[in-house]
Amino acid sequence: MAILTKEEAKQIIDKVLAFSKADEMSVNLNGSRTGNIRYARNSVSTSGETNNLSLSITAVYGKRSGTATINEFDDASLEKTVRRAEEIARLAPENPEYVPMLGPQKYLETPTYFESTAKIDPAFRAQAAFDSIDPCSKKNLTAAGYMEDTAGFSAIGNSKGLFGYNKATSVDFSITVRTNDGLGSGYAKRDFNDAAQLNTRSATEVAMQKALTSTTARALEPGKYTVILEPAASIDLLQNMMRSMDARNADEGRSFLSKRGGGTRLGEKLFDERVNIYSDPTSVDNPDSPFAGDGRPQEKVMWVENGVVKNMFYSRYWAQEKGVKAVPSPSGIIMAGGTQSLADMIRNTEKGILVTRLWYIRAVDPQTLLYTGLTRDGTFYIENGKIKHPVKNFRFNESPVIMLNNLEAMGKPVRVNGSMVPPLKIRDFTFTSLSDAV
Amino acid sequence: MGAGAFMLPTIPVSGRPVSPEELLTSGVDVAIKKRLADAALNAAKAKGASYTDVRIGRYLNQYVMTREDKVQNIVNTESYGVGVRVIADGCWGFAAVVDAKNEAQTARAAEEAVAIAKANAKLMKEPVQLAPQKGYGEVSWKAPIQKNAFEVPIQEKVDLLLGVNAAAMKNGANFVNSVLFMVNEQKYFASSDGSYIDQDVHRIWPVFNVTSIDPKSGKFETRQSLSAPMGMGYEYLQTNPKDRVTGITTRYGKGYDMLEDVIAAAQQTKQKLTAKSVEAGKYDLILDPSHLWLTIHESVGHPLELDRVLGYEANFAGTSFATLDKWKSKDFNYGSNQVTLFADKTQEGSLGAVGWDDEGVKTKQWDLVKDGTLVNYQAIRDQAAIIGEKESHGCCYADSWGSVQFQRMANVSLAPGKEQLSVEDMIKDVKKGIYIIGDGSFSIDQQRYNFQFGGQLFYEIKDGKIAGMLKDVAYQSNTQEFWNSCVKVCDERDYRLGGSFFDGKGQPMQVSAVSHGSSTARFNGVNVINTARKI
Repeated sequence: MAILTKEEAKQIIDKVLAFSKADEMSVNLNGSRTGNIRYARNSVSTSGETNNLSLSITAVYGKRSGTATINEFDDASLEKTVRRAEEIARLAPENPEYVPMLGPQKYLETPTYFESTAKIDPAFRAQAAFDSIDPCSKKNLTAAGYMEDTAGFSAIGNSKGLFGYNKATSVDFSITVRTNDGLGSGYAKRDFNDAAQLNTRSATEVAMQKALTSTTARALEPGKYTVILEPAASIDLLQNMMRSMDARNADEGRSFLSKRGGGTRLGEKLFDERVNIYSDPTSVDNPDSPFAGDGRPQEKVMWVENGVVKNMFYSRYWAQEKGVKAVPSPSGIIMAGGTQSLADMIRNTEKGILVTRLWYIRAVDPQTLLYTGLTRDGTFYIENGKIKHPVKNFRFNESPVIMLNNLEAMGKPVRVNGSMVPPLKIRDFTFTSLSDAV
Repeated sequence: MGAGAFMLPTIPVSGRPVSPEELLTSGVDVAIKKRLADAALNAAKAKGASYTDVRIGRYLNQYVMTREDKVQNIVNTESYGVGVRVIADGCWGFAAVVDAKNEAQTARAAEEAVAIAKANAKLMKEPVQLAPQKGYGEVSWKAPIQKNAFEVPIQEKVDLLLGVNAAAMKNGANFVNSVLFMVNEQKYFASSDGSYIDQDVHRIWPVFNVTSIDPKSGKFETRQSLSAPMGMGYEYLQTNPKDRVTGITTRYGKGYDMLEDVIAAAQQTKQKLTAKSVEAGKYDLILDPSHLWLTIHESVGHPLELDRVLGYEANFAGTSFATLDKWKSKDFNYGSNQVTLFADKTQEGSLGAVGWDDEGVKTKQWDLVKDGTLVNYQAIRDQAAIIGEKESHGCCYADSWGSVQFQRMANVSLAPGKEQLSVEDMIKDVKKGIYIIGDGSFSIDQQRYNFQFGGQLFYEIKDGKIAGMLKDVAYQSNTQEFWNSCVKVCDERDYRLGGSFFDGKGQPMQVSAVSHGSSTARFNGVNVINTARKI
């Protein structure tokens, strides 16, 4: 059984720690069952399931650490692995940035686990794929999709009395539907902790609709346009920006948050005042693990409040150097939005471009967070509140910092990629060339 | 997807941590591997499989990571297991077992694979059609390395990297990261065609990233190493290697002087801080092999993968503009008549080089674009019939014993020019151009038409001479237009390899290492944009 209870996990961790002769010892115990199904050309191509249960032991002497792993849990194997970790630690070079382990921590309760997802089996996956392929076959469209589901637990403990346990489930689904003449393509993606919320047929119908309505794309001149970015389009730019909010890089002068002449832009208003971005592991719509990998508690953190940079994330070493709280980086973010639906936002747009998805996004300049990439799988021209016609895909060169200053409107946040993001209406979004890709 | 090359890559660590000494121990004996494989082959046949292959893999990795005067991490990992793939009822099935020690385990994996194939056969539209393949009996292949990198003590590697970092700081850098990646794949393949193939593959990649900051303006600039990941041993790291190319900056072939390169890099980041910002417009581009490999990878390697052309990657990596009708026409102008692009799995020192691929096909070289015309794709055994080939091209690969093998990019390279031409002579003819060295930002659409590339170093060319350094440069083009603007390729004396350790494809994603060779080439009238912004 890959998923141990809190008590079973604690028992194993305590046993490991009892064998320790090192200055400090930490233990990570993880188990998961992951399954997937993949299809293309309206046929299932691969599917599989993997079980994993592994124990990782880190021993520390002074500033030297060593790690060993094992997937057998009898006393002899555990003790042997403890000795192995200790041996590797003694031979390791010193890490001058080593920070002693944390003592006991308090963790929040987070609603990350759902039985509906944990009980997914091959029959469920086959049905999910069928529900997606079948409507496409009937409409003479071609489906390519992928679903991956995971149920697992993570337990951490150390010789200073820290213990944490969390169970989590997730299911991710994405679907691309293409017309058989190759002229239309549509996309949709969904992710949930609770598989009961996943409906592969309805997600596929969104992608089908986009494929069917995108076949007669017309070319517009590249330039600056008002765009409505669906959450699947804006999420990667926003996540890239969040990943760049590391305090050490900012302090060292090599980040978009570095200030000319030294220091950082913490506390400065960098975005439109309606921009509020935070993380919260207890969010019902977007729950997350209550602890980071090194045992630090994950709590609600405001990263951007009313357009002002409120927090950066720290390694424990850098926080100690700076004498500040070591706020860990979040895995998912929540961007507050409004109440409008995507349809409302389209209705309220005089002229603009609706973007389903952005693709192959790469950093061009880390100083300004300039990114390039392309629109894909459903790009439409909006005029007088209505979608007028599909348009050819564009390459963009844009910075999320500039984008969040050119904010026109926000819709109701939607879960995407383990985050919550509203559809965003942005003016002067920079498209630099046209692409023939469908 | 593409090749993770910008900045220092995130390291996909797989396998269990081991001590450095364990990387030098020999794995399971070849006679035992044969027994484990035979048990699986027999079990699958007994359950009704019409074809079976067994891969017994031991994957060893060592990564040494440093910044300035500190060792950040040393990772040694080993991953060992067995993957069994079968065809039953016309459908593929796959199952794998970690740390397989006995025949019962591999036989059970084979039975599971048959059960999965039979279950999935119900959702299959057309049965798998495999190109015929003869068995090779018991054979072996070893990468022709001179020094196994795992034999070099960790301390020597740490000293090298800390020495490189110290040189960067001494030459004016504010920050420097350096990493040594080393990989050894010990792969055993057996199939019901009668092959038992034992292979030993080695790869190495020394890489650094130097940063310089101008505190007054608050600007910073970086320069990454001009090394290439190679299918070589520790001999790749050399002082004053023979085949290095000197010029505006030193570039490297089959030997890399990391210390020399980092000193140049530190000085160049300083120059970049005050370099002229490029004026957007049309330029003739002179592209060094340390840059051009990535453009070849994205605009030739990927669109000519047959699984993409057929739609198997539609939901992730995308499809391809190079559709079958274009290939069938026999006159699709992929590039100018200067352009011959070939695929291979055989170039010595390349990342793709092996004796046989992961479905037992002997590797070879073949043309994809001949004198500008599209002539072929990259196809494996279950695709060969679709393009009328009688045999696979031998480019099937799995990144682990636990992953299903599928069609991956071979080395795809630009053939050197037939007439003698040096880089200096090529530059002499250019009135308004930019000389680009090193790979940078990269992005291309899902059908591989429109792309944008950056680089590490940009030099303005005015009236046949290098006028100075530029910054904020990226070029945008369309694949067919770009390759048709290729007017000259330097001769074979300038031919060098670049490549990627981490090319991603598939769901769940697998990585693959691949090289791309070329000589310096000239492309006329390419659209260059200025990437400077204010925030």
